[in-house]
Amino acid sequence: MSDPNIQGYELKPGFRGMAKDTGSDQTMFKGVHWGKAMMWIFLLSDTFVFSCFLISYMKGRGSTPEEWPNPSEVFALDAFGVPVPLLLIAIMTFVLITSSGTMAIAVKYGYEKNRKMCGWLVLATAIGGLTFVGMQAFEWSKLIHEGVRPWENPFGAPQFGSFFFMITGFHGTHVSIGVIFLFIYAYKVFAGHYDTGKRGWFTSMKGDYVEIEILGLYWHFVDLVWVFIFAFFYLW
Amino acid sequence: MSEEFNDNKTIQAQSSEVMTGGAAGATPDMDYVRPAEIPEQDLYHAHSFITKWVFCQDAKVIGVQYFLLATFTGIVGLILSWLMRLQLGFPGLAGFMTAEHYYQFVTMHGMIMVVYFLTALFLGGFGNYLIPLMVGARDMVFPYVNMISFWMFFIAVAVLMASFFVPGGPTGAGWTLYPPQTILEGTPGSGMGILLMLISLSLFVIGFTMGGLNYMITVLQARTRGMTLMRMPLTVWGIFTATVLAMLAFPALLVSAIMMTLDKVLGTSFFMPTILKAGEVLEYGGGSPILFQHLFWFFGHPEVYIVALPAFGIVSDLISVHARKNIFGYRMMVWAIVGIGALSFFVWAHHMYVSGMNPWFGFFFATTTLIIAVPTAMKVYNWILTLWRGNIRINTVMLWCLGFIVTFVNGGITGIFLGNVSVDVPLSDTYFVIAHFHMVMGIAPLMVIMGAVYHWFPLVAGRMLDETLGKWHFWITFLGAYSIYFPMHYLGFIGVPRRYFEMYDSPYMTSAVGMNEFISLAAFIVGAAQFILIFNIIKTLKTGKAAGQNPWKANSLEWYTSTVPPEHGNFGDRLPVVHRWPYDFSVPGAKDDFIPQTTPPSEVVHTEVEKT
Repeated sequence: MSDPNIQGYELKPGFRGMAKDTGSDQTMFKGVHWGKAMMWIFLLSDTFVFSCFLISYMKGRGSTPEEWPNPSEVFALDAFGVPVPLLLIAIMTFVLITSSGTMAIAVKYGYEKNRKMCGWLVLATAIGGLTFVGMQAFEWSKLIHEGVRPWENPFGAPQFGSFFFMITGFHGTHVSIGVIFLFIYAYKVFAGHYDTGKRGWFTSMKGDYVEIEILGLYWHFVDLVWVFIFAFFYLW
Repeated sequence: MSEEFNDNKTIQAQSSEVMTGGAAGATPDMDYVRPAEIPEQDLYHAHSFITKWVFCQDAKVIGVQYFLLATFTGIVGLILSWLMRLQLGFPGLAGFMTAEHYYQFVTMHGMIMVVYFLTALFLGGFGNYLIPLMVGARDMVFPYVNMISFWMFFIAVAVLMASFFVPGGPTGAGWTLYPPQTILEGTPGSGMGILLMLISLSLFVIGFTMGGLNYMITVLQARTRGMTLMRMPLTVWGIFTATVLAMLAFPALLVSAIMMTLDKVLGTSFFMPTILKAGEVLEYGGGSPILFQHLFWFFGHPEVYIVALPAFGIVSDLISVHARKNIFGYRMMVWAIVGIGALSFFVWAHHMYVSGMNPWFGFFFATTTLIIAVPTAMKVYNWILTLWRGNIRINTVMLWCLGFIVTFVNGGITGIFLGNVSVDVPLSDTYFVIAHFHMVMGIAPLMVIMGAVYHWFPLVAGRMLDETLGKWHFWITFLGAYSIYFPMHYLGFIGVPRRYFEMYDSPYMTSAVGMNEFISLAAFIVGAAQFILIFNIIKTLKTGKAAGQNPWKANSLEWYTSTVPPEHGNFGDRLPVVHRWPYDFSVPGAKDDFIPQTTPPSEVVHTEVEKT
């Protein structure tokens, strides 16, 4: 980044050099695509959304006078007649984390301009996400069938139902939006929009494989949030 | 550099080098600017009327759209404040005014002014218009998303305004929307009104996020060649930092709005404790109303600085240009903006001293609150030192800036009172608080907005606003605003409570009745005076003097566009290349009293200076 022949532009090692490079002209993050920087900052903002939800959950759980239900019992699933705690959640988590893996490989093939492999892996990620949403719908219907509602809960504190449906619902919405975009992007990869630089439908921006990485960032974030939800709802 | 000033022959226009701390001596190397790192932006050029002026992707048009819509909501807020003052000064004069209506007007006035007027105007209006021009970009980085951002704001305003016409009217819970009363029967607008308010706020947050991403990435990743972070005008620094705050603070508002919507619609009890109503226990129970207060003020306090920081930045530029002097302590100003922004996330509970918190908790927040006064005071000193021995032009813009400094200091000092728990507790429910926050985040930012309008209108419309009308506008507003808010401090001290619909025959009212009438009359006049500006704008658009390029002889890039007003793409064929900071005014040794940012050191016209 620096040209040693030009006076005043040498970077000193350490913090001063770093500060100078950060503040240097044109870009702060050198060589980073605008869309990628935008996604990182959006995710930072979204982190605050989920943090507010989870902190509210901790506060709500702490201040309700009624007893909080035992997650091992509430979330148990009967397998061959034996109630196994967290069985469904374990499968859901496994599927979602796996889809993060396929997404990462899709990004690699995207940058290699391997259209077919990239497309199949994006599609696999989309199907993984869809499976997750399907299992979540199953979990919701099971709980609703047992009488858990946002405003009441036969196992204890009504806030359990409120927070559970709100936070997993908000996360599920994120996953669903991601799945829709994954399907659209899979189509765009297969159709070769990223090879030819075809312009987007609405934004009229030129297609580029970096978009796969940007969507990948979102997808990994959704996974990471799930890890926290998993820890706070099912393990606590 | 100190050695050079011993010998007058080497005093040369090198201020930009002072800023970069780089080479001494005017060698050709100094003109060097690093090659471009980013390619030319791929712009969508609109052709039809609808894509040019309605669903427009040009940040300048979007900025004007934001400005006009925010001004419209601001006028609604102004009319509501007139109605409130009518009731307070002359109870019973307006027959239709019931207590319910009064609370609805208070609520809508507060929410409109803080969120839909000031935030939208500073970030959406000035941010969109000025950021790309000032950093030397052709447009915002995501023009399409930027366009959607405005239309989300439009829908949010439409939903908010719709709440005036639904059964039960708009919500009357106070702009803080504290549960549990907000959604309980008996509070005005607890049905559709509050629901529309929450939906509107959520839409605003979503729309703002789209705009905010644009502002941030444009500043971080799309500057022109030579535009380092420390050469950006303070306006950009202020708007940028405020955007960062908004991106991190609005999530708390969004979450609290979602949770309260669920409390209202689905009957959950996030914020609702067990409640007895007429001897019967309601369905709600087990929730925490204090949780809402924390979420709300985690948004609400940064929100104050979302409004204040752009004002700080803009006023710094205006003062520097119109005092023909570089801003004093530029780096200190930047770090003060950033520092205030960071600190603003650690002070929120000073709005909740009367919520029954642990005294140590209050002690912590009182301390952080007072620490924030340090960078703020630094800024005030720097403004004054910029004026000191400057070549001050007393024009309308400068008058608004001076008015800002005075009102801001005034409101800031009462803030130090209220930041202390023991002073805040007796004063917090009185008119003292009203006086404080209207001075510091109502009138002070408004003064900057007005100054900015008079300053940048020649750029936007190509014509100069009328100075005489501008000075009338300023003096009526400035003296009038003091007539409104200064007596309110006294009302607060004698214990007149805020949020009251009518004072009836309370003992302290005997001395306050006349004052209340006086305040109301002043409020009517000040409100009416704002229409001078609208008249001035209409008159100027028809018959105003042509501004030409750079009427104020400023340095920053927005005045060096290819045409005035700037066209789509801003800078014609070639983007400008920046060689210096925007504050090279009255540089010793330079012929003109300003050196544009685009002038390389070798092209500065020198003149002999005598040693003083």
